[in-house]
Amino acid sequence: MSEIVCTECGAELRLDDDVIQNEILPCPDCGVELEVMSLNPFQVALAPEVEEDWGE
Amino acid sequence: MMRVAMIITRARAEEKLLLKAFQRRGIEPELIRDEELVLNPLAIDPRWSEFDIVFLRTLSTSRGLYLLEYFDRWEVPTVNSLRTANICADKFKTSLALARAGLPQPEVRLAFTPRSTLEAVGELGYPAVLKPLVGSWGRLLAKVNDVDAAEAVLEHRQTLGNFAYHVHFVQSYVDKPHGRDIRAFVIAGQTICAIYRSSSHWVTSTARGALAENCPVGAELQDLCQRASDAVGGGVLAMDLFETEEGLVLNEINHGMEFRNSIEPTGVDIAIKVVDYALSLAEQHRQDGSEQT
Repeated sequence: MSEIVCTECGAELRLDDDVIQNEILPCPDCGVELEVMSLNPFQVALAPEVEEDWGE
Repeated sequence: MMRVAMIITRARAEEKLLLKAFQRRGIEPELIRDEELVLNPLAIDPRWSEFDIVFLRTLSTSRGLYLLEYFDRWEVPTVNSLRTANICADKFKTSLALARAGLPQPEVRLAFTPRSTLEAVGELGYPAVLKPLVGSWGRLLAKVNDVDAAEAVLEHRQTLGNFAYHVHFVQSYVDKPHGRDIRAFVIAGQTICAIYRSSSHWVTSTARGALAENCPVGAELQDLCQRASDAVGGGVLAMDLFETEEGLVLNEINHGMEFRNSIEPTGVDIAIKVVDYALSLAEQHRQDGSEQT
């Protein structure tokens, strides 16, 4: 179990062991989406905004 | 050991479920981000020849389509195929494919100016639904109940900078009994499960908060989905259908399905079924390759 700090609001997030690169993690406090940019060292950044042609 | 590439825009819950499903089959796919890729149409990057199958899970429709054009040119096997994605990515192309196959769908029209679109909506009758040709998750859908609303929406569309919004796709509004529609999950023509999507809002997308419950797969649903799958080129598809007094009607077909909310209500392990299909295609490609050498 790892912990990260939300880049937007500073909330602490606990991560499951099976987290993967580029996974999207919603912050439970402020609701922004964080993207896992690196596993080692563990780094997150604000996920990109949804673009017009994104979807199913 | 099968070699699988999975191209992603971001890793959603679905990509994680698919990754775990591949791992349950003893395969570790290589995850590749679409934003890192540069395509040269004159020569194939040798890295792609190492894979038995490339699984497109891009969120971006345009990136996915260009990647599929590239892989199709170099005969790299993919899920889904270029043909399927080209048809399903565009609502008018989907409508044409369904019409060619004689399958039931709501009345639709395509028009190029606000004036001709208003005439088309007037012919179809109000309410009607204006949709972007490319789009998902209920984005920019507009139910117009009268000509005033249609004029307003069309004026707004015309001011949007993207030229794609200046081609207007109109669909007859289908009143949903019980406020629900059906989402069917179809792999190689087989409907593996389906859900009812219920909402008090007229848009019944689970991405917009609709509730999902199991929908039994009867003969009518299975038969229609099989024929629709054939009409658009097959593969891994999520089909949206309306229930009407005349029977089921096809609304949309998605080639990059999301399924996280449908596993629990249906009790079907959708990810493993998708993965097994992808691996069967890869195996077929291997056999075809060994027969040619």
